[in-house]
Amino acid sequence: MDASLYAKRRRRNVLAAIASYSATFVGLTWLALILGVLFWQGFSGLSLRVFTEMTPPPGAVGGLLNAIVGSLIMTALAILIGAPIGILAGTYMAEYGRHSNLTSVVRFINDILLSAPSIVVGLFIYYVMVRPMGHFSGIAGAVVLSVLVVPVMVRTTEDMLTLVPDTLREAAASIGLPRSLMIRQIAYRAARAGIITGLLLAIARISGETAPLLFTALNNQFFSTNLNAPMASLPSVIFQFALSPYKDWQDLAWTGALIITLAVLAMSVTARSLAATRKAS
Amino acid sequence: MNAVTAKTTAAAGPQLVDSSMPKEKIAIRNLNFYYGETKALKAVSLPLYANMATAFIGPSGCGKSTLLRVLNRMYDLYPGQRAEGQVFLEGKDILAPGLDLNLLRARIGMVFQKPTPFPMSIYENIAFGVRLYEKLPKSEVDGRVEQALQRGALWNEVKDKLNANGLSLSGGQQQRLCIARTVAVRPEVILFDEPCSALDPISTAKIEELIDELKDDYTIVIVTHNMQQAARVSERTAFMYLGELIEFDETDKIFTSPNDRRTQDYITGRFG
Repeated sequence: MDASLYAKRRRRNVLAAIASYSATFVGLTWLALILGVLFWQGFSGLSLRVFTEMTPPPGAVGGLLNAIVGSLIMTALAILIGAPIGILAGTYMAEYGRHSNLTSVVRFINDILLSAPSIVVGLFIYYVMVRPMGHFSGIAGAVVLSVLVVPVMVRTTEDMLTLVPDTLREAAASIGLPRSLMIRQIAYRAARAGIITGLLLAIARISGETAPLLFTALNNQFFSTNLNAPMASLPSVIFQFALSPYKDWQDLAWTGALIITLAVLAMSVTARSLAATRKAS
Repeated sequence: MNAVTAKTTAAAGPQLVDSSMPKEKIAIRNLNFYYGETKALKAVSLPLYANMATAFIGPSGCGKSTLLRVLNRMYDLYPGQRAEGQVFLEGKDILAPGLDLNLLRARIGMVFQKPTPFPMSIYENIAFGVRLYEKLPKSEVDGRVEQALQRGALWNEVKDKLNANGLSLSGGQQQRLCIARTVAVRPEVILFDEPCSALDPISTAKIEELIDELKDDYTIVIVTHNMQQAARVSERTAFMYLGELIEFDETDKIFTSPNDRRTQDYITGRFG
């Protein structure tokens, strides 16, 4: 063995390791800084009042109840509209149309939709929904978010169903199981953890969206569950309050940002652990 | 039995009453099979007898698994695969258009190379197939589950953990679960596609024993790479090579004095 060749390889290995470790460290530092600042600025404002009182006028005390409720309503509706469409389309692509040209076309378009800037989707819904209706509304907000949910669900559903081995489909067919039953009772069951993970990631994705909501649901200073009227949401309240010159509004914006971050974090952790149990089984 | 007599019995159909002759359950006649443009089976004709195990042997790529997958039309799941010719199940051509594939597959069960339990409990794995075609009260389903697991020689090992996930069993147990699942649907024919190739010798012995018992009630067809296995479990053996049926005869005859040179070469390990 050539000793110098080996020594050279070792040196290179050390250099590469140092480079990778520092890159990881830099990346994680930013994440830690963001979380740190959020906690530093937002945690002091976290109190029961945040969850029970409305957004206040400048100089008064208040909370974020209308924004939290608005976000929950619009997110839930968006999932109710978007998830079934996405799951059914993904099911078609993986189960019925796996070998058809239509599937490749749909997959291509879906990938474009997946990476489309959300502000473009917001503009589109503004044009086809808000303008004809003549006013901003919670339902338009839900619809724009559902358009963002669909491509995520299509992608994960197709991917997860494709991972279900063909041998399982053949086994189901071999006892005379019709395809629709096979999909519902075997394939969905085998892919369940993955599809739920996708659902949680979709919720995480839309719960921070701001731009499309500014075009559709706008905002609302008051508590409202009327889907036909403008509706508050955490991201748009953060946007409005953070840009304001008032100290108490800025503090509330920080608290709102912390709440969203913690919620998304919790969902990501749940998604991770679900994915882990899937691998274990 | 040579190809000529095979043809005549096939023509006579299932009404054959000559008691000295075994009952013909399936008659394959002039079967050609294509994967896209590639011809994988060339004019294959042979009978499969009731209450007997017929083994398909031959080197990799000879078409034995393809032939097996024609019998329950598994190939229909995939585009670009097609069969020409006739396969009679008790006189009815199963390649005919308009045939209900689900009903066909309920009559002709299949056990695969790799164990494929459904992602559900041991009990549900069996009950699932039972409930598919019969509306039964819970107690009767319980009975059928026990019966099937007994039949699959698995009952004693799992009777205390019927609610455990089917995937938690060992490979050999999973394969017996799959056999029990197949039996539970009460098919007439059971196809085995190299059922032991992923199993250890002890599990293999158990499965072979099981196949031997199943012959009393079913028509068995088994694809195997293992010639000792073919010799142990089957009464009839078909040797295939490059998509053609080279020789079909009583297993003893095939393994002791085959007619064809290629069969001789294969069973003595000269190729394949």
